[in-house]
Parts: sequence; C-alpha cells; structure tokens
Amino acid sequence: MSELKSMSDNTPNSPERRRFIGAAAATAAGLAIAPGVILVEVAHGRSEEQGASSAVRWGMLVDATKCATGCNDCVTACSTENGWTPVAESAHPKQAPQWIRKLELQDPLTQMETNLPMMCQHCAEPPCVDVCPTGASFKRADGIVLVNRHTCIGCRYCMMACPYKARSLVHEPLNDTQKADVPRGIGCVESCTLCVQKVDRGDGNTACAEACTAAGHNALLFGDMNDPESEISKRLRELPTKQVRADLNLNLGVRYHGI
Amino acid sequence: MKRLLAVGAVVLTTAALAWAGSEAQPKASGAPKPVITKAVKGEQCVEPTDIMRRNHMKFLDHHRDQAVIEGVRTKKHSLKECINCHASEKTGSVAAAKDDFCVSCHSYAAVKIDCFDCHSTKPQGSVAMHPLNAETAHYKHQLAAQANSKVSAEEMAGVAQ
Amino acid sequence: MASITFREVEGSSLKYWLLFGGLGLFVLFGALAWNTMHHHGHVITGMDNQIVWGLPHVFAVFLIVAASGALNVASIASVFNKPMYKPLAPLSAILSLALMLGGLLVLVLDLGRSDRLIVAMTHFNFKSMFTWNVFLYSGFFGLVGIYLWTMLDRSVKTYSKAAGTAAFIWRLTLTTGTGSLFGFLVARELYGTAMLAPMFIIMSFAYGLAIYLMVLAAAYAWTGRPLGDAVMMRLKSLLVVFVAAVLYFVVVQHMTSLYFTKFHAVEAFILRDGGIFTTLFWVGQIVIGCVVPLVILLSGLGKQRTWIMIACALVILGGMVQMYVTIIGAQAYPLDMFPGLIEKSSFYDGVVHGYTPSMPELFLGLGGVAIALLVTVFAIKVLRLLPASLDDATVAKLEH
Repeated sequence: MSELKSMSDNTPNSPERRRFIGAAAATAAGLAIAPGVILVEVAHGRSEEQGASSAVRWGMLVDATKCATGCNDCVTACSTENGWTPVAESAHPKQAPQWIRKLELQDPLTQMETNLPMMCQHCAEPPCVDVCPTGASFKRADGIVLVNRHTCIGCRYCMMACPYKARSLVHEPLNDTQKADVPRGIGCVESCTLCVQKVDRGDGNTACAEACTAAGHNALLFGDMNDPESEISKRLRELPTKQVRADLNLNLGVRYHGI
Repeated sequence: MKRLLAVGAVVLTTAALAWAGSEAQPKASGAPKPVITKAVKGEQCVEPTDIMRRNHMKFLDHHRDQAVIEGVRTKKHSLKECINCHASEKTGSVAAAKDDFCVSCHSYAAVKIDCFDCHSTKPQGSVAMHPLNAETAHYKHQLAAQANSKVSAEEMAGVAQ
Repeated sequence: MASITFREVEGSSLKYWLLFGGLGLFVLFGALAWNTMHHHGHVITGMDNQIVWGLPHVFAVFLIVAASGALNVASIASVFNKPMYKPLAPLSAILSLALMLGGLLVLVLDLGRSDRLIVAMTHFNFKSMFTWNVFLYSGFFGLVGIYLWTMLDRSVKTYSKAAGTAAFIWRLTLTTGTGSLFGFLVARELYGTAMLAPMFIIMSFAYGLAIYLMVLAAAYAWTGRPLGDAVMMRLKSLLVVFVAAVLYFVVVQHMTSLYFTKFHAVEAFILRDGGIFTTLFWVGQIVIGCVVPLVILLSGLGKQRTWIMIACALVILGGMVQMYVTIIGAQAYPLDMFPGLIEKSSFYDGVVHGYTPSMPELFLGLGGVAIALLVTVFAIKVLRLLPASLDDATVAKLEH
C-alpha cells in the first residue's frame, strides 16, 4: 500500500498530479475568460427572466463645471427618448411635464453662475414613496424610483412631497402619441426613470448622458454605483461631490460636482 | 280577485317572454359581431386561442406587475409583444379603428379597457419594419451593418418596399 | 333627565323644497364640473405642475376639518356629560357626517384618475398618511353612524357614552391625520412641522362649531321652533374660546418660524411680500377670521342673534381663507433647493407661482358644500334629529 502511494506521489503521470494540473489549467482558463464573460454580461444587460437586483445601484454623476450655458441637449434627448413634449413647444407650459430641466444658479454676491440639469434624484429614502397612498410610487430593487401607472390614482401627493420638484402630472389626453417603450398617460404622475427601458434592455446608459457625451460636454455620467470598477464609481472617488439638499439625508442616486 | 289577477299577470308575462325568445321569431339584429383579423406575423399566438380568450387579462395583469415592479421583461405575455403581432395592417394599431384587434371584441363585450390611456397602440417603428416582415428584414440588417450613426425609423421606412 | 321631544321637520313648505332644489342644482353643477375635469383632464383647471393642489382641496380639507369639529357638541354631551348639550347632539352628529361626505367627495373627484377609486381602496402603503386617512375616514362614518343610532334608538341608548367616546377619540385621530398630511412633508418650509396637527384640531373646533351654530339657528328660525338664549349664549362662549385658541396657534407658528433666519424669506412672503397671499392672510385669516368675530362676540353685540350669525359667517370665511393660504400659499413659494442662490429654469424654479382658480374647480368645491347641506336638510326631515323646542324653560329642566 505504501509503495503504491509513494509511486503515485512521485511519478510525473500520477493521477493526482494530472488532476491538479487539469484543475489549475481550468482555473487559469476560467480566470482569463471570466472578466470577458462578466463584461459581456454588463454590456448586454440581464436576461429577460432576471428582474432588477439590489446588487446594482444605478446612479448619475453630474459635473456642473462642464455643463454648458444655454445647452439643452439632455432635455431634448430625454423628451425625444421618452416621448414628452418639450415645454417650449407646449400649448400649456405651466402644465407641461418636464422630466429634466436646466437650472441656472447665480450667487447674488459674486454674480457667479452655475448651470446644471435637475431631474429625479432617485433617493434611497424617497419621500415620494413614503407618501404615495397606493404604493404606485416605488423604488425598484436597483435603486430606480418609478411610478407604477397601473396603480397611480393621480392624487399628486408625491408632487407635494418631492423636495426637488421632480414630478409632473399629465394634464391632458395624450392621444396615442406615446412611445411604445414608454407608457405614460393622462391623470398619472411621472418623472425621470433613468431611461429604465434602455437600462433593462442592456444599453447601459441614459438618453441624456448619451446626448451630453455625443455633444462633447461629458457632464453626465451614468452607471452602477455599487460596482467599484464602474466608470461612475471611479469618478466619484476622484471628484468631490455633493447631494442637492443634502441636509435632508435622502442618500441620492444623483451626485453633483461643482455646486 | 286580486290574487287571480296577479297569477294571470305572471302567466302572461312568462308566456310573452317565452314567445319572444323562441326559435320561431327572427333574431333581432344586435351589435355587430367582432372582426378578428389574423395577426400580421407569426403562425399562432403564445397561448391557445380559447385559453387566451378567457385569460388574456390575467396574463397581462400578472406580467405587468412583474415587468414594472421587478423588471422582469419576458416577451411571452408582454402587452407590447401582443401589439407587435396583432396591430392591424391598415391602421398600424390595435385600438385605432372600430375593427382593430382589441377594440373590436371589447366594444362588442362592452368592457372598457384602460390600457391605451397610457400604452401606445402601435408597435415600435412602423408595421412595415417588423422583424418578421421577411421582405424588408434583410434591408434593415444591411443598413444597420453599414451605418456609422444611429439610423432612425423614418429612414428605415424609406428603404422598405 | 327631563324628556325632550324630538320631532322631524315637516318639510312640506315651498321654501323647504326651494332650498332642497337650490342645493340640488349646485350638486348637479358639481357633478358636471367633475365630468368635464375627468374627460378633458386637469388641463382645464388652474392647477398645474407648480400649484398641484388647488381650490378643490381648499374646499375638501375645510369640509373635512369642519366635519370633525361639528361633532364637538355631541362629544360634549356624551363624553363630558354636559346635560344642556344632549338635545343638541343628534344634529351635531348628522352635520358631521354630512360635512365629511361633502369634503371626501370633492377630494376623491379631483383625483387625476378618479375612476381608480377601487385601486385606492385595495392597494395600501402604510407609511402614507393618505392610506391611514382611507381607514380613518371610513371608520369615521361607521363610528358616527353607530353613535347617531345610539342617540335615536332607545333600545341602545345605554351605549351612547361608549359610542360617543369612541367617536371622539377617532375624530381627534382623524384630524391629527389631516393636519399631518401637511405636517409630514419635509420638502416645503411652510409644512414639515408638528404644529400643523394640533392646529388643525383647534381649527376644526372653531369651524365646526361656527357651522353648527348657523345650521341650528337657521333650522329653528325657518321651522318656527323656539331656540332660547341659554343655548345660544353657551355655544357662543364656546366659539369665543375656540377662535381665540386658533389665533394663538397661528401667532405661535409664525413667531417661531420668524426666529429662524432660514425661514425669513418664506415668512416675509406670507406676511409682507406675497401679494394676494399676504392680503388673504392678514385681512382674511386674521382680521375677518379671528379678530372681528372675537370683538363681536365679546362685546354687547354678541348678545344679539344676528350679530352672532355674522360672527359665525366670518369665522367660516376666515377658515376657508386660512385653508387657501395654508394649502396654496405654501405651494406658491418656490422650493429652496440651493439656499442663498438665485434659481431660474424652464420649470418655474425660483419664482413665486401664480394661481387662478377655474370654474370647474369652484363648482366642484361648491358641489361638496351643497351635498353636505342637502344631506342635512333631508335628514332633519326624515329623522327625529331636532328637538321640538329648545327654549330656556325646556333647557333649564335638563340641568337637574
């Protein structure tokens, strides 16, 4: 018995060694391929059956120092992607929905100006979710705050509760002008969805961020804040950022640099 | 006397109703029967017809909660996919004209549907550019392969037919 | 207790049916207003994405708050065992139910999707004050209904105190909930305070009693039944206390806010720079709603029935204005997202938001008022809610 054992330990073709080399080779191959596999998964999104997961936290980094005065590309892109009429073209501007808008800030002392886009901040502790009587306003597992228009009764309490005036009511019938991917309707409340239809099919980016990058400003960066290797996480570690109305302690999904 | 009159009234009413409903009388013309056009694409629906007829609302109800709340976007019971197949070739919609797919049965059954206050009744892009619309599908792939920037639905539609 | 005869109002005169018809007409207008709003959407109203809750909510919240307060008289009778209030209790209960019905209808019919009421009654989010309100309002109807039954049906009279106490506690909870609707909102500077709940409670006492007094006096004057001064003076004194308490709460709220530098801008808006809102606050809420009624009721004029009615009407008017300032004024002032900076955007950030109420909103609100009064007018005809006589002699016998 011991002879057999010593023989199998020492010879180059021993079954244990073969097994070990095989396992090592497999591990090395796996390690080499795995990053590619993971990258491929991120790029193509989840499969249909998989729901949103709390392992992911979608968020956005806004670099207000790069946001150009007078530029409305993000607003135009959002309205085109999601099918809402831009306020400039609306017959009733005060009642027109605005999922994203450009804010111009000025310091009265120094006259220093700052521009930034303002949209739903996708709070981790959303006041709109707290107050919704039917639970139509809800936070998805991956952090996107949405309105479930199947249960929205149009009470507008969430609009009263939002500290960022992010929500809009659809005041008139839309007459089948909706985008197929973005259902929205009269009497229900709506706001920025972080382009959830794009996120879910794997585009990995929002319309506003795409447009801002395409225009060369690069003020908007969308990504997974839970993934330490994502572009947004890396930038958040480099740049100092603030949350709007940080004193409310809502742990926002949108962070601003330069305010 | 009163009791006799009451019994007589009941008997006469019953007789009248029975006569009206009997086969001997020609049927009164009622609401126009629904027009069920064959779907634009595909061989058959995702569920057998009789099951779909009875249960389509349950499938849609369950799927919409899964899609919105959990982000599970399977195609089988998706309203969008129903529309993709069942949109009328004439109107490009499931609810625009009186004999479009959804409206046709629902107006006959007098069951008001809420879906299209919010949902588009038309498939994404034009009906002509449907993936299963074989004549034009290969044009779309060709274009997409050559395109450097995004090609809009309008441009694609210009290529078709 | 000496027996008091309760008798239905005859309700067969031309005047009665004219009143009934007139109220019915306003109910019809309210229904038409709702139909138009539902069909065309809120685009036809003056409400927009800046002033999200408008005139219908002013009416609705006022009616709901007054409903809770209108039950006060009955509570004083059953819970606090004051014998003089006992004959006044049935009217108090029915008025309370009627006002609540009117207020709730306006609230529910203003929803963006009012056809989805069933969704509101089957899907609940227990962190939302609105969800709690669904239960509080429904429970209110149940409990006050039972309470009214114990007052009308001699066989269950012994449960009157228990039912009354339950209704009393329930409506304090309900009004706390109504005030907390606004009190829980941290986003806006004029909300987000615990003061709003007790303030709504004390306002409910004042508005409810003022409405009750007017309905009582009108009912007795128009049916030719005697209503003695003993009852009027007692209720008038109670109203003085409530109105004074409302004034106290308003003063304390604004004094406290004025102490915080960060609230100076919004307080200046309400108290000085807000244009229509400032006028409404000082002239409507303070002078007409509190000061003038107090002066009237505390002076010699307060002994005359006409002046008491004027004071009640002013309290009611002041209450509506207070609701307007609280609900709409708070929305008119823009959200302060970047303190210290001037904000500008295409979404009306940084500017005071104007609001012009529209006809559909006005008629919807008036429809709610009309329903409340219609229910009351009808109830006193079919139920034995009003004592045949409330003259001083009858009332004096109760005190023994």
